[in-house]
Amino acid sequence: MRGILTVAAKDLRQRMRDRSAYVIAFLVPFGLALIFSLTLANVEEGSFTATYAVVNRDGGQVAGSFVRLLEGLDFVKLRTAPTAAAAERLADDGDVSAAFVIPAGFSASAGGGGRIDVITNPDSSIGGVVARSLATSFASDLNAIQVSVAVALGDHAGTPDPAELAALVERARTTAPTATLQQDTAESRLFSSTTFYAAGMAVFFVFFTVEFGVRSLLAERESGTLARLLVAPIRPGAILAGKSIATFVVGLVSMTALVVASTLLLGADWGDPVGVALLVVSGVLAAMGLTALVSSLAKTPAQAGGYASTAAVVLGLLGGTFFPVSQGPAFLANLSLIAPQAWLMRGFQELAGGGTAAEILPSVGAVLAFAVVLGGLGAVRAGRLTAR
Amino acid sequence: MQPSPRRSETILACEGLRRSFGDLVAVDGVGFHIAAGETYGLLGPNGAGKTTTISMVCGLLARDAGEVLLEGRPLDTRTIAVKASIGYVPQELALYPDLTGLENLRFFGKLYGLAGHELESRVDEVLEVIDLTERAGDRVEHYSGGMQRRLNIGLGLLNRPSLLVLDEPTVGVDPQSRNAILSSVERFREQGLAVLYTTHYMEEAERLCDRVGIIDHGRLRAEGTRRELVAMVGERDRVGLSATGELEAAEAAVRALSGVDDVSRHEGGLDVVAREAHRVLPAVLAAVAGAGGHVTSVEIAEPNLEAVFLHLTGRALRE
Repeated sequence: MRGILTVAAKDLRQRMRDRSAYVIAFLVPFGLALIFSLTLANVEEGSFTATYAVVNRDGGQVAGSFVRLLEGLDFVKLRTAPTAAAAERLADDGDVSAAFVIPAGFSASAGGGGRIDVITNPDSSIGGVVARSLATSFASDLNAIQVSVAVALGDHAGTPDPAELAALVERARTTAPTATLQQDTAESRLFSSTTFYAAGMAVFFVFFTVEFGVRSLLAERESGTLARLLVAPIRPGAILAGKSIATFVVGLVSMTALVVASTLLLGADWGDPVGVALLVVSGVLAAMGLTALVSSLAKTPAQAGGYASTAAVVLGLLGGTFFPVSQGPAFLANLSLIAPQAWLMRGFQELAGGGTAAEILPSVGAVLAFAVVLGGLGAVRAGRLTAR
Repeated sequence: MQPSPRRSETILACEGLRRSFGDLVAVDGVGFHIAAGETYGLLGPNGAGKTTTISMVCGLLARDAGEVLLEGRPLDTRTIAVKASIGYVPQELALYPDLTGLENLRFFGKLYGLAGHELESRVDEVLEVIDLTERAGDRVEHYSGGMQRRLNIGLGLLNRPSLLVLDEPTVGVDPQSRNAILSSVERFREQGLAVLYTTHYMEEAERLCDRVGIIDHGRLRAEGTRRELVAMVGERDRVGLSATGELEAAEAAVRALSGVDDVSRHEGGLDVVAREAHRVLPAVLAAVAGAGGHVTSVEIAEPNLEAVFLHLTGRALRE
């Protein structure tokens, strides 16, 4: 045990003296999480805000109903514009994200043919998308009510009165649905963008942080210090064990620091701390296993670094550390499950969505399975480096 | 360093060492022994099997056949405790450049079971021996090549080994550092260490080693003291005398001396062939003078290990 701890302490001391370790283990992942979360903060639910202009050339009751709909939205700041041209200028100048132009006679023609034009600001694509969605949604509501009324009154009822239609629209908007579809799967639980990228970067970079383990063994073989270690009165396994402990500690500190820093400085909400701890520990072990196996295929430290980095990037992207894989094609989502990163992200997503430690045990189990299988194979191969 | 009592007992005994790498037989039936206070040299060209041999001796490399006994205890790659008696100085600079000299010494000291005050005092002693006390707190990457070489040797001394194994420690070393290393090895012998020293430099083997094993193509071709090896191959000393006067009479007088094998005369003097030139020289000088010759200069040429190696293998050491 003494030999194991001595080797571990030496490796940790060396890592602490390597400035690039701090960069890879903390600064880059935290910096990227910060940049991503700042960039995408506006699309988060509850924090999205947009300024829209409305040109109400109709002035009727249905048009008024749409304006009130906009006024009632927390994330919308509404201003009025006198003409469509003025609204277009506001959009072009970036003063508004989009403008709604309600043409004259819109309320009167609500029975068919009327439409709300949307002018978007090209620099605010998200605001434009939301504006179009609002207009489309209103039109759909209007159509649905028309159909409902037509069905209720029969074919002879004709087009409903605009005032009556507006009242129905208002009532429809404020009436609670009689049935809702509650989606509560892991996929549907939403990360905030801050938490998503904090978790994504922590998971992505831990596979780089821990890749020094087997690489350092190759480096010791190349420099001759491994021979000196093997002549010392310690078991060859103690060298591997010591290096593994050092690698685990570095990975654990790196991920923990990112969890704490993103919580305190970025406002990330990781969820149940016990669950987070389970995922962090299993994630570090899986990262060690993967990088040990991949690095052990190499003959030189440089080669090992290349192999491990390639595996980390490919599986990291596939595992959804940068983009939610669940939003891609189904085959990609299924394929992603070959990456331990995907299971880690799934677990973190569940926790961030309110899941408990017990609920993420399947994800933890899958990650640990990766750790055991990959790490076992990696240890066998790495053990050959110390056997002569 | 604390001097150890000089002992005559065998520290290292190895017999029939054999190791192959695929079809290549790197070491084939090598065996030798080293006593306390003795320096044994393995002399051979690059690729002769020296490093493979000492790797098996240190338990670093598994052997296909043979036996290694260190202080009477069997040693192989799986034995742990016995290795504590070995000090190993590899050919490469096996150091951690991002650690200080002190940290390197402490790390390896701990691996050898040293701790606390014992560790610190031993590290201080070794730093003194290798003359690095002043620079102990500096990172090794900032050391000169010579300082790194000294630290490389110092690490092999930490555990007070009974057997010190040095694998070509002077390769790529400047002359000043090389001389310092050779002086250190001479001191280790005086302190009672058994030293196994591999080299392909004939001068080093002649200067340091009590006995030399000549190894080539994985086989130990011959073994013994320098004189024994020279005698083994029939090489003899040559004495060149520059002389004037009655050279013909002088030649006859010298030829009659015991211990002189041959004499030849030329215009400037005599060439004498003898088994031990230094021993017969006084008699030779007296004989020349007695015959009316006047010696103006003497030059003795003893056959060296290079000649022995050439004789045994048919090629030069540095080929």
